Amino acid sequence: MTIEDQQTTVIDLSSLIGKVESFKNQGCRLVQMHCTRIEDNFEINYSFEKDLSFRTVRILVPMDTEVPSVSGIFWGAFIYENEMHDLFGVKVRGMNVDFKGNLIRTSVRYPFREPVFKGEGEGPCHERS
Amino acid sequence: MSRKIVIPFGPQHPVLPEPIHLDLVLEDETVVEAVPSIGYVHRGLETLITKREYPEYVYIAERTCGICSFIHGMTYCQGIEQIMGVEVPDRAHYLRTIWSEYSRLHSHLLWLGLFADGMGFENLFMNCWRQRETVLDVLEETTGGRVIQGSCKVGGVRKDIPAATLERMLSDLDPFEIKLKELADIFLHDDSVIHRTKGVGILPPDEAYALGAVGPTGRGSGVAIDMRMTGYAAYGKLNFTPVVENDGDCYSRCAVRVKELFTSIDLIRQAIRQIPEGETEVKVKGNPDGEYFSRSEQPRGELVHYVKGNGTKHIVRSRIRTPTLTNIPPLVKMMQGCELADVPVIVLSIDPCIGCMER
Repeated sequence: MTIEDQQTTVIDLSSLIGKVESFKNQGCRLVQMHCTRIEDNFEINYSFEKDLSFRTVRILVPMDTEVPSVSGIFWGAFIYENEMHDLFGVKVRGMNVDFKGNLIRTSVRYPFREPVFKGEGEGPCHERS
Repeated sequence: MSRKIVIPFGPQHPVLPEPIHLDLVLEDETVVEAVPSIGYVHRGLETLITKREYPEYVYIAERTCGICSFIHGMTYCQGIEQIMGVEVPDRAHYLRTIWSEYSRLHSHLLWLGLFADGMGFENLFMNCWRQRETVLDVLEETTGGRVIQGSCKVGGVRKDIPAATLERMLSDLDPFEIKLKELADIFLHDDSVIHRTKGVGILPPDEAYALGAVGPTGRGSGVAIDMRMTGYAAYGKLNFTPVVENDGDCYSRCAVRVKELFTSIDLIRQAIRQIPEGETEVKVKGNPDGEYFSRSEQPRGELVHYVKGNGTKHIVRSRIRTPTLTNIPPLVKMMQGCELADVPVIVLSIDPCIGCMER
């Protein structure tokens, strides 16, 4: 029923800033950023939109890799980058507004950093059966 | 040169229904910087999905928010349906649209009441919430729940609305609209409302777009972004134009919400008149294997439910990007240079939903 067009592209960390700049130059807005832990890596998604055309670029980086901030390109990105840092422990370099771990006050440090469910018969859901 | 002082605003404050903390850096009475911090009601719902089977998660998705719960559930369901290629019956799309718009009415009336209360206009606050009761009664009658509806499911909806009830809902909209016009007249033309909101907390259009403002916060600054234009549910079959105001102040954001009350009524009327007969759900077999960014227009703006499945009955990743989270950077910008006394009105003007944002 929905008429929107979505595309996801996997890119290298080295081309991230250039790609995000190209979205900015095209007049796109930053829709969201989020992180997922996949084994020992972080999958980070950056989503943009212009005229209902929805584009996502994705990087997959080892957990201890420092990721460059895109807040110099999209000022509002600081909210997502601080969130990724506070929940997952993603190291983000050069945020324009760095809360230094105090944006989200969690009782456990980096609560989403631990591995989540990996598949059928594994993980916390298995405990329920 | 004035000395800078820091005043904590929240997490408990008379105008805040939910906890958010702002450190306001002041020079005399002028705010030069606002530093937000959140996390007081973080619930970890995004990880809870790994402990539930994907059809069960609808109940959790609905509980992300106590105001627009139906839209959360629907957006999640749309994501799963898109991944699995489920064709939802047309009647279910229309019912989803009707309940979404009643949710918007309920949310906007709640906010208008809180906004009036924040300005010290208590009589207006009570009148808004009295009208909101009418909406909650309809939601309760048609879904069984006033706040948490529980009527959406993967593959359609759990409940149908009988034709006679739809007819009555249609006729009840006429007197309801008249009462809303009386309220709208006060919000748009009363001197005390204008005095507290005009020229306050200005967010220029270019900044609103660059900072990612969504919903009435963006549309109050001339950014005509409304996810209903993507045509999800039955919106693609209804005539709809987003409400846009251009001044970018608290008054404009308020005016957008006031005018959207009538857009919602119009959409409900259209949906009831066009709703086709037929099934309200299809049986869903199998498990989701793939990913999708499901988007919808919540009362506060664009909502994103990212869901990723791996072919098992459990979703491996759910990401809920709520409009309040993305409206925080615009809020920080619009408070720079404002007077301390205007902070409550400016904070309220983005309609912050902290429960949603914290997930």
